[in-house]
Amino acid sequence: MANLSTQKAKAVPTETVSMMSIVAPAVGWLIPGAGHMIQKRWIRGLLLFLSIVSLFLLGLAMRGRLYKANGGDILDILGFVGDVGAGALYLLTLANDWGQGAIAFATADYGTKFMIVAGLLNFIAVADAYHIAIGKKR
Amino acid sequence: MNITLTHFSAAIVFALCASIVFGITHRDRTREMVRYGAYCFVMFLGGVFVAGWVMWILRR
Repeated sequence: MANLSTQKAKAVPTETVSMMSIVAPAVGWLIPGAGHMIQKRWIRGLLLFLSIVSLFLLGLAMRGRLYKANGGDILDILGFVGDVGAGALYLLTLANDWGQGAIAFATADYGTKFMIVAGLLNFIAVADAYHIAIGKKR
Repeated sequence: MNITLTHFSAAIVFALCASIVFGITHRDRTREMVRYGAYCFVMFLGGVFVAGWVMWILRR
């Protein structure tokens, strides 16, 4: 009986918490794709970087609005959560006071959505970098 | 610098970027990543065309 439970315990895959499992998501959040690059997934990291940064910068160039930390409308809070996923891009945009939004342009609303989605996609990339770091994914 | 994209070109850019990220993050092997990314891209664009036709029908 004891032998059986020991075998079951061995069969459960162990998720190793290493330094990389903390560093990779943090770096990946700050710079999109960098979480993959520091784990030597160069092409994946580069593609993630290009996709997420392009989407964010296009959103900015389309005069999209950047959400700031707020405690008001639920959609504004969700917009902030999405935007903050872009990491350094968000901080840089905020510091330079870009992303004011232009309601006179219909495409500005697309730009706002582009920036939110860029942040959300980066959250997915961060989770993927974590899964690689703990050995759940190759 | 300001960029003005049409609705369709914005949809293509969005679909392309999102499909690349989905492909890389949702599959394990390179071949599967490419296939899933392409599938997502086609689904995104297909959705745009379907939604466009639905709106055209509703408008009539």
